[in-house]
Formats: sequence, structure tokens, C-alpha cells
Amino acid sequence: MSMFDQLSAFALLTGMSPTHIAVLSSAAQEVSFAAGDRLFHEGAPAEGCWLVQRGCVAVDASIPGRGPVVVQTVGPGEVVGWSWLITPPRWHFGAIAVAPTVAIQLDTDQLRAFAEHDPSFGYPIAVALLTMVLDRLQTTRARLLDLYRNPAETPMSPL
Amino acid sequence: MTEMLPARYVVTGRTVETADSVTLRLEPLERPIPRFQAGQFTMLYARGVGEIAVSISGDPSIVDSALTQTVRAVGAVSRALHDAEPGTVVGVRGPYGVGWQPSLAWERDVLVVAGGVGLAPLRPVVLAVLAQRWRYRRLIVVAGARTPREFLYSDELKWWSARDDLALELTVDHAADGWTGQVGFVTQPLSRLPLNPAATTAFVCGPEPMMRFSAEMLVRRGVPADRIRISLERNMQCGIGHCGHCQLGPLLVCRDGPVVDYATAAELLTVREL
Repeated sequence: MSMFDQLSAFALLTGMSPTHIAVLSSAAQEVSFAAGDRLFHEGAPAEGCWLVQRGCVAVDASIPGRGPVVVQTVGPGEVVGWSWLITPPRWHFGAIAVAPTVAIQLDTDQLRAFAEHDPSFGYPIAVALLTMVLDRLQTTRARLLDLYRNPAETPMSPL
Repeated sequence: MTEMLPARYVVTGRTVETADSVTLRLEPLERPIPRFQAGQFTMLYARGVGEIAVSISGDPSIVDSALTQTVRAVGAVSRALHDAEPGTVVGVRGPYGVGWQPSLAWERDVLVVAGGVGLAPLRPVVLAVLAQRWRYRRLIVVAGARTPREFLYSDELKWWSARDDLALELTVDHAADGWTGQVGFVTQPLSRLPLNPAATTAFVCGPEPMMRFSAEMLVRRGVPADRIRISLERNMQCGIGHCGHCQLGPLLVCRDGPVVDYATAAELLTVREL
């Protein structure tokens, strides 16, 4: 399957025109990771964005005394890496493949240059990434609700 | 009001599922209650303590008079039932309510979405589909738990994950050492699962916000709201639609539910304090 077809099949990019998918294809390459391969380290300069096709990537944080703690996993159809979008571009968390993983890696320097040159390309890219970030935010909020806890654990009101 | 009289059952088996949940096997000491449908519940009475609604988690394809019910210790009655050792006699009324009706998914893809102890009332759906596997197309089970050790039926989940006619996705809110599975809320796998939305019937059970978030994600994916079935939980007391404690808008959940479709429930679930 061509890179164009692979990107077209990615649900997150369904709002993009064929012309823009073709532009995106020029900045994309398929990459593979073995289980245990690290995509990036927390605090390192943020370059790259991965559209996961197969496998699983864990987003983690290093906590003194506990080592790397997985805060979320990312699977097929999802995206790893958006810290390159904002200044300063540094990874806020780390990412490691926890299963053999195949992904489309985007050259984010090229992506940013394309977007700055042509806002009609940059806008749908921004919307796609915002959609992903919003989904991630909503799932994180849902987890913050701690919905599965036993109601008996709720501290008694002092009133 | 003979329907208010509990039948005496004796605990003949007690399986510890998690730190706060057990699965009880109950056998009748006299007349058994009628056969149950997947998704129905009973009113379980702990002698001298009180009575609560508990969903039935057994296999509806097994024809015997025993009941399988999973109880989480939350309040006084559920704690007494949770602690009931084999030999303890309890009272049982039921079965009550509208169940999941898995036959609505014949010739369709079945998507089961469970959050926390919501897996208990959904277990009969999975077992019913597996018992008549030829009637259904794909079977996908998505289950979420707070931590890996808080999944109900952990041995059975291993068995399900080994089957090639069932796709199992487990995800936890908080990973633990040694957990190599998914970490995230159940909506995350729902957002990316390969679905044929028009041919999918979903069965969703868990805390109410979890059901709302999951149903909304499925609607966004194109699954029709009337093909998403959810199980409501309210303060059931009589179990037969007389007392009104479980009223939710126009519904008496014990009689008109607990299982309803999301097209019916969606607006009701957004009304605060309803």
C-alpha cells in the first residue's frame, strides 16, 4: 500500500483533501520498533510525530523511586507526539514501544514548514491534532473521576 | 403480593474476585425462582440486615436452578452478602426487569463494553453469545478497571483472550508493575476499534458517566443510539414497579429497565438529580 493510501486510511486524517494527503506523504515514512525500543525520552528536544498502525506504545514519566510509570498507552489508529507543536519543543513525557510496533513517522520540521507556508494545509492538520488532543483530554478527565472506585471508599463528610 | 416473598437459597460456592467483590453460587432450598434472562436482577435478602438488587452474572444457557451473582461490598447489606460463607441461607426474589436481549444482535456484530463491576451483568451476554456463536458475527469485549487486580473473572478473561472468536481489549486506569496491557479509559479503544457501525449492537454497563461517555463515542463512530443498550442503576426496592423508588423520568427502572437503549436514556441521563 502506498504512503498516500496508508495516510488516507488513517481515521484522524479523513478531513484532509487528497492534495494535502499527498503533501503529507512527502514528509512521511514507515518505521518499526521492537518491544522495548524507546521513541523518545522525557525532556529531550521534541521532533517527530508517529501515527501508530500496529502494536502499542506506552507514554511514560520517570518518577524517582518508582522508575518509568506508564500514564497511557497508544494503539493502532492513534498518534504519539505533539510536543513539537509548541515552544519550547521538548517532550513532556517519554514513549516506548511495549509490543512490536509499526507506525508512520512524520518529519515535523517539514510539516511545520508546509503548514506555515500554506495555512490551508496547516488548518486541517491543526484540527486533526486538536481532535486527538481533545480526545486524550476527555479520557484523562474520565480517569480523574475515578469512576470504578468502591463508593464505600468515599471519605465521610464531616458535616 | 406473593412476589414480595423471598425464596430461600443457600450459598454453595463463594469465589473471591477482587478485594471487595465475590461471586456467590446460590441453590434453592425449596421452590426455585423462574429462569432468568441475561441482564435481569434479583432482590437478594441478607437475613436480619436487608435487601438489595443484584444483577445475575451466571450463564443463561445452563438450565439448572442455581444462581450466580457477583456482589461488591459497598453498604451493610452488600457487605453481609459479600461475607456470606457456604451454608448461609439468603432470600431471593425475582428475576426482575428487562434484560439485555442478546437476540437483538443475531446476525450482527456484538460489542460488549464494561467498566469496573459492570462486567458482572454483562458476563451473561458474553456467555450467551459464546453458547450460540453461530448466531452472531464478530464478538468484541472491551473492559476497563481501575487497576489490573480489579478485573472481575480474571481466570475467565484469560480464557476469553485465548479464543479466536472473541476479541478482548482490557484497559486500566492505573498500570501496575508487570502490566503490559493497555492503560487508558474504555473510550480510547472504542475510538479506534475497527467497527462496522451499522451492523453493530453494543451492550454497555458500568458507572453512569462511563456509560454516557462510551455511548457518545459509539454514536460518534456511527453506531445508532437505539442499537446501544445500557443498564441503568437506581434505588430498586420492590423490584416490581410498585414503590416508585427507582423512577427515572417516565421509567420505573426495575420494571422498564434496567436495560434500555441509549436513544431512550440519553436525555434522561443528562438531567441532574433525576
